[in-house]
Amino acid sequence: MSRVESHPAIELDDVVVTRSGRRVLDHLTASFATGRITAVAGPSGAGKTTLLRLINRLSVPDSGVVRYRGTDVAELDPLVLRRRVGMVFQRPTAFPGTVRANLAEAAPDRDGSYVTALKQAALDLAMIDRDTAQLSGGELQRVCLARTLVTEPEALLLDEPTSNLDDDAAALFEAAARSLVGSGTTIVWVTHNRSQLERVADDVLELRRQP
Amino acid sequence: MITWLGLAASVLLVGIAIGISALLRLRLERELIVASIRMGVQLALVGGVLTLVIADDRSIWWSWLWVAGMVGYASDVAARRAPQVPGLRWLALGAFSVAAVVTMGVLFGLDVFPVDGRTVVPLAGMMVGNSMTATVLAGRRVIEEIGDKRDQVEARLALGRDSRAAARPYVRAALRSALTPQIETTKATGLVFLPGAMTGLILAGVDPADAVKVQAVVMFLVLGAVATTTTVVALGAASRLFTPDHRLRLVDDPSLRQ
Repeated sequence: MSRVESHPAIELDDVVVTRSGRRVLDHLTASFATGRITAVAGPSGAGKTTLLRLINRLSVPDSGVVRYRGTDVAELDPLVLRRRVGMVFQRPTAFPGTVRANLAEAAPDRDGSYVTALKQAALDLAMIDRDTAQLSGGELQRVCLARTLVTEPEALLLDEPTSNLDDDAAALFEAAARSLVGSGTTIVWVTHNRSQLERVADDVLELRRQP
Repeated sequence: MITWLGLAASVLLVGIAIGISALLRLRLERELIVASIRMGVQLALVGGVLTLVIADDRSIWWSWLWVAGMVGYASDVAARRAPQVPGLRWLALGAFSVAAVVTMGVLFGLDVFPVDGRTVVPLAGMMVGNSMTATVLAGRRVIEEIGDKRDQVEARLALGRDSRAAARPYVRAALRSALTPQIETTKATGLVFLPGAMTGLILAGVDPADAVKVQAVVMFLVLGAVATTTTVVALGAASRLFTPDHRLRLVDDPSLRQ
């Protein structure tokens, strides 16, 4: 995999995270380039999810600094940061109700942006008034992606988003992600699937489980 | 008025309960005796103190002091019943205090009842006693809902919603659960059961029409108090689960315990 140097969108500087007495991240320093997909790989417990949560401040480190576009995330308004850096979780977390209601959670008054977000997530526009209870796992996960895209994020954190999907659904999700990167979005993609990593990643960050 | 002999005769009813327990080998005889004696002693003590507190020549401030004591004690009971709710003692204290100000403000401010030891103490007692169960239920439900739906709460936070918005659907669900039993009780009042205040007044010789008016006010008082206390506790408990920078604390975080 070739690595083209570009300005990092996200940087971690000497980050330490301890949970229940165990070092999850031990003095981690890393950077994620703008407009590229960086895959984060490593065994269970290596701190992959924790790393994503630090970037959009759902968690905070015990020490060290996380920067977004050069600014310490602790100095940014977390609500603004989370709209600029969207996150898709491992398990689809659709809210009860229709797809439209889900998109409205991200931006209640921006009906116009829903069409764009659905297209970017490779979803049929006719799906907008369907109840999420009737959707497949793959469709649900892309609804979650679309919901995140409604806020027009500059960066996306994807936490093993295809781990519960079949191959076809995963391929659709990957294609949607690649097309977002083509339009300048930065993606940090946690995956333990080696072949997926080969397919989608521009860069790779390998994490090890701390003893 | 009931004579002492009449009161003694009514103990016969407890004797029937004990007899049933013995006959069916429920082994509840001792429990029934202890419960009856304890109730009698407690009521005698409360009656004695109340006689002192609400005596005609006594300052009304003694009655308010009694109310403050009830609010404090009820908060403690609520906290002990639901130790999983972080900071419930203070939340319940705030909730009962707000409800006391609101409900007593309406009842006395609008001259529904005269301000008197005979009205202040029983009405505040009704308010606190009837709101306690709903308050505990509201606190518990908020913790359970947000704990169970943690993924969805964090998904909302990750969309840039603030913690209040992220918790709102679960606070709403908890409040519906906590308020519904009181709404059902209110609906059934007069048809399925005759409430205690009204029954007591009629037994004491008050005109049933007057007793009904008093009971209706008491039911409105309880509805208002339950709505106020559960709202304060549910919103307060939910806010304790988030950090000021809109992160969800771990529900099992020991530092959240009182």
